[in-house]
Amino acid sequence: MSDRPNESFLARLDRIDRRWIFLMMAIAVAGPIIWVGVTGRTFPETATPAVQGAFDAIERLPEGSKVLVSFDFDPASAGELQPMATGFIHHCQLRKHRIYAMTLWAPGSPLIGATLADVIGNDPSYRYGENFVDLGFQAGNEGVMKQVGVDFPKAFPNDSKGTPLARIPMMQGITRLSDFDILISVSAGYPGGKEWVQYGVSPTLTQGHRLPFVAGSTGVQTPQMIPYYPVQMSGILGAIKGAAEYESLVNAKATAPGETVPAKYQEAQRRMAPQLFGHSLMVGLILVGNVIFFAGRRKGAAE
Amino acid sequence: MSQLGTPMVDPAVERRANRMMMVILAVVCALLALRAVVGSSVGSGDAAVTEHGFGLVYVQEAKKGFVAEDAKEKAADGTEVEVRRWKPAAPGQTPEISWTEWNEVTAGEWAAAQRARADAPASAPLVTVSWPRTAGVWFAALMTLAVLSFLWRDNPVYKLAESVVVGVSAGYWMIVATWDTLVPKLAGALVPAWTKAHLMPSLESAGVDWWGLVPLGLGMLLLCRLSARVSWLGIFPLAFVVGTFAGLRFVQNIESDLLAQVATMFEPLVVVKHQVLAGADATATAPIDWAGSIGASLSALLILVGVLSVLAYFFFSLEHKGAVGGAARVGIWYLMITFGASFGFTVMGRIALLAARLEFLFDDWLWLIDPSGKH
Amino acid sequence: MGRNAAAVLASIVGLVMVLTAFARPLEFLGTAVVDWFNVLAAIAFVLGGANLLKMNLLKISARDAGWGYSAVTVCVFLVTIGVGLLKIGAHPDPLHPDVALSGDKEAVGGAFWWLYEYAMSPITSTLFALLAFYVASAAFRAFRAKNTAAILLLGTAFIVLLGRVYVGVLLTSWIPADNAWVSWLRLENLSGIIMGVFNNAGTRAMMIGIAIGIAATSLKILVGLDRSYLGSSD
Repeated sequence: MSDRPNESFLARLDRIDRRWIFLMMAIAVAGPIIWVGVTGRTFPETATPAVQGAFDAIERLPEGSKVLVSFDFDPASAGELQPMATGFIHHCQLRKHRIYAMTLWAPGSPLIGATLADVIGNDPSYRYGENFVDLGFQAGNEGVMKQVGVDFPKAFPNDSKGTPLARIPMMQGITRLSDFDILISVSAGYPGGKEWVQYGVSPTLTQGHRLPFVAGSTGVQTPQMIPYYPVQMSGILGAIKGAAEYESLVNAKATAPGETVPAKYQEAQRRMAPQLFGHSLMVGLILVGNVIFFAGRRKGAAE
Repeated sequence: MSQLGTPMVDPAVERRANRMMMVILAVVCALLALRAVVGSSVGSGDAAVTEHGFGLVYVQEAKKGFVAEDAKEKAADGTEVEVRRWKPAAPGQTPEISWTEWNEVTAGEWAAAQRARADAPASAPLVTVSWPRTAGVWFAALMTLAVLSFLWRDNPVYKLAESVVVGVSAGYWMIVATWDTLVPKLAGALVPAWTKAHLMPSLESAGVDWWGLVPLGLGMLLLCRLSARVSWLGIFPLAFVVGTFAGLRFVQNIESDLLAQVATMFEPLVVVKHQVLAGADATATAPIDWAGSIGASLSALLILVGVLSVLAYFFFSLEHKGAVGGAARVGIWYLMITFGASFGFTVMGRIALLAARLEFLFDDWLWLIDPSGKH
Repeated sequence: MGRNAAAVLASIVGLVMVLTAFARPLEFLGTAVVDWFNVLAAIAFVLGGANLLKMNLLKISARDAGWGYSAVTVCVFLVTIGVGLLKIGAHPDPLHPDVALSGDKEAVGGAFWWLYEYAMSPITSTLFALLAFYVASAAFRAFRAKNTAAILLLGTAFIVLLGRVYVGVLLTSWIPADNAWVSWLRLENLSGIIMGVFNNAGTRAMMIGIAIGIAATSLKILVGLDRSYLGSSD
């Protein structure tokens, strides 16, 4: 930069080392994280119709309903999706639903155990095998989805600990996907929510009893899932914003006014502060980039 | 371009960049040392202590002991067999098999346990620093910084992190597939007795399932791809996979992405909504909600126009001129809006992932924040 | 001959999958095929790991540039396989404590869990998190409103970026929320309209087109017209 003394400010800005932009993004995200971590303050959230639809779909089920939750994500997407998974399990626990957790992603298996331990913990009213079960991972992607639609025990012969399904009380009567009352997919990509609509939910449409389906998906996948809502899906949590809205709905149900919400149920809401500054930075960068572009074009035209 | 494929850089700029890197590293090390010295207050009340250091993980021991119980049970064929059942050892009972589990606890619980042990050492369970898990947190933090160092430029530390994750990921997927699918569905089908005795004692099997030889055979053919000489044998399992996928997708994609999506389009273009009045029974007699009706009708119309125009854009068998060209142009506008929305959501997703990583560094490692009360 | 047999196998298997969707009595066939498919998918992971080992060992033996990193990969891979297969540090199943390998391979505290929790998980997460920086840099350098299409794209991006965070709520908080004629102009509602109407239409059209394409490609594979998946016949 020092060898072009007559360069205008905008031209110098155009040639800025991208590492300065990286630093700006790091500060835009890190600063709010520390601020929220210290103050504990979060922004208010209002649920959009798609998120409200997801909440209502679980809420209107009778207590003790059978909920199949597919943890179709890995640690790489846990930043966006873990709050959704936590929210869904927490909501099901509040409604006393029976939770059947599974995954089609190998790295998703420990996430099931961690989420169930974190949310359900030592709740005496929730016993393993009677109120919740961890079915673990099965390889096969759509093959597994197709198989659970027809013969669930063949797809998952045992739970993640190796216990045969026949010995797990809450698995009695589960022969196929349509035996569940709702399907929830927390989806990072392939296989995930889209494939569940194609191979899991759509066959139930022709069987005469549509399986209610709710999904939480990453920001990248959400626009692709929108066309399925609301006919093939009851609701969708789109990206971290959707997770934050859902958290606010579940927390409003779970906590009395004035009561403190446990921090583990505010993970997405805490992440909305860095989102705000990150998005503002992105808009600013695009605007500045275009100002430089048009200024340069005008200067070129003048010359 | 240099030998490594990176663009050639002015040596003076390179030296300045290296010096800046050293300065940044020195500042970071100094800050870390300061953080370790300053310490954090863990626990509360009388149990509060100042812990120098950070990134520690505390665990509480839980001893487990088991005793065997031999009993006679009726097998499926009616004969009596002797079975050995294991149950937890009662207090005072000497276990035949025992081990110690370590469960993670918060720093506050550690501080309280230290206080309790000081008062009554015998009764309080042992709560201590878990050095393997603490080393893990530090390793994770250093690997995180190693990956982030790529933002400065490609460097050996980043390459090392990359090598580690490639090796661990490949091994991880292989092990999970082996234990979760191959052992119960293949070994459990072909050698159930041995599998039950050594790998999965809970396995329930009706005997050898010889159909398990089919996927085993296909799998062996698939593994032939490792050798150049016999890799052609791999086309059979590949054909099996492709055929299965083709059959599955042929039906399901038509059902869910074609028929269902087209059926969704058959919605009224003129929507009449009525106001929802508090206390009213029937909405059909309520006044018309003009704003809602016009909004819903416009939405339905815009969706129909959008779908048709985007389909027109992707229809390349007709030249895009005249009416088709006009429709295609509208389709492009819709696609640009779609891509703009996708971009916005993608940014949202990426920033959330970055926020999660920085939270790990500030919370689990540096103990600068503690939103969930772990320390 | 081999290619013909493979194509016939693909056709038979595919047609079985299609038939079982329409004929309930044949469902058992589809279940069997899918069961074998799932096992084959698991064996494919074994193939992937073995191939990784092969490629890196070749690189090490040839002393290619960066062979040291390959050595690290191989070592870490073998360690992961070893601790995973032998369930090092994972306690047996409490119901069967006499069977050493009966426990959960991913039991918290075990060596396999350690590798997942402290090596694989943080590194893969951070690799994905890097994209946030590059998206910012790309937005500054490349996003130019040069024509109508670009203006539409950028304008939509602005509305969605701002509408999905609290700043969007603040910027248009002066627009009355209870007046349906104007409340749609609030940024958070505008982003909802963009997703629910325009994105919905565009994505739906692409989905329909892709479904038709998949149906055509699948049919070509099922009848044996498309054999590109078998590789060249040389």
